[in-house]
Amino acid sequence: MKMSRDFDNDDRELGVDAQVGEALKNFRSNVQAWGEAEYGCPRPARTVRAMSWRVATGWALSCVVAAGSVSGAVYQRHHQRELQKIAAEQAARQQKLEAARHASTDDEDLLAKVDSDVSREVPSAMEPLAQLMSDSETE
Amino acid sequence: MAAGIVLEPMTRSAVEESAGQTTETAEEEFSRVVQAHRLQIFRFLLASTRDIDLAETLTQDCFLKAHRNWGSFRGESSAMTWLMRIAINLEKDHWRNRRMQFWRHTRTNSVDLDEASDWLPSGERTAEQQMLAKEQVGHVWKAVEKLSARQRTVFLLRYVEDQELSEIAQMTGLSEGTVKAHLSRALGKVRAQLKGRQ
Repeated sequence: MKMSRDFDNDDRELGVDAQVGEALKNFRSNVQAWGEAEYGCPRPARTVRAMSWRVATGWALSCVVAAGSVSGAVYQRHHQRELQKIAAEQAARQQKLEAARHASTDDEDLLAKVDSDVSREVPSAMEPLAQLMSDSETE
Repeated sequence: MAAGIVLEPMTRSAVEESAGQTTETAEEEFSRVVQAHRLQIFRFLLASTRDIDLAETLTQDCFLKAHRNWGSFRGESSAMTWLMRIAINLEKDHWRNRRMQFWRHTRTNSVDLDEASDWLPSGERTAEQQMLAKEQVGHVWKAVEKLSARQRTVFLLRYVEDQELSEIAQMTGLSEGTVKAHLSRALGKVRAQLKGRQ
């Protein structure tokens, strides 16, 4: 087995100066001492425990609840948007109808006014004479 | 450069030669490999994970896997390189599986950085030097914690396990250039962490 060596040209090329070199030597001594101390020491068996079924069930339920909440919220939002869309469409249709109705009543009023203004039986200047004629007819 | 005891590369053919191609001797040879490298593999995994139990488990898995595949070990690299490669892949698999099994509660024994920094041979140091060394080690640990998995692996192989760049490249399956790039970035972070304390 190789024992510790001094730093060679490769190390100097890589930039191992006196300070780094000393730290690396100490580090090597540290790891070697630690490794030798721990090597072959009797130790209790490593415990690897899988998740208990309770924890697993808890996780599964939490996941289901979280997924349900998220999908519920998404559905709710989608549904609300649909309703808003339908309401907006209905309002637009109503407004259109209202406007059309309004337009037709305006036309009728105007025609009636024109009729009342224009369709006189005699011109206004002849009105007294017409009245006299009607009086004589009644007599 | 590398000084001290150097492990002779142990090849399958060498094992078979010495074993006279009998399964029993191959088993003995494998036992020798385990004895020779178990500490090093455990130490690397311990430094990499900072989890004693996990390092122990991965070390056992590493040698179990090595034992199953010992017959197919062609000896193209040293036994240490082969074992370290298995260990690195096992660690990678462990973290990948752990990410996939997020619902599983596993009690981790990840050691605190301060606790990890406590392990220092006292040697001939004064109390002050010991304190300074501990502080330095703490900063290196903090930097190591911030490294990416690949940077950490390369850094630990180089500066804890004293591996050559070519060996690290073989162990990680990276090119030497990529290993150097990772080391450079890792050292940059260590340097920044050390300067940050001043």
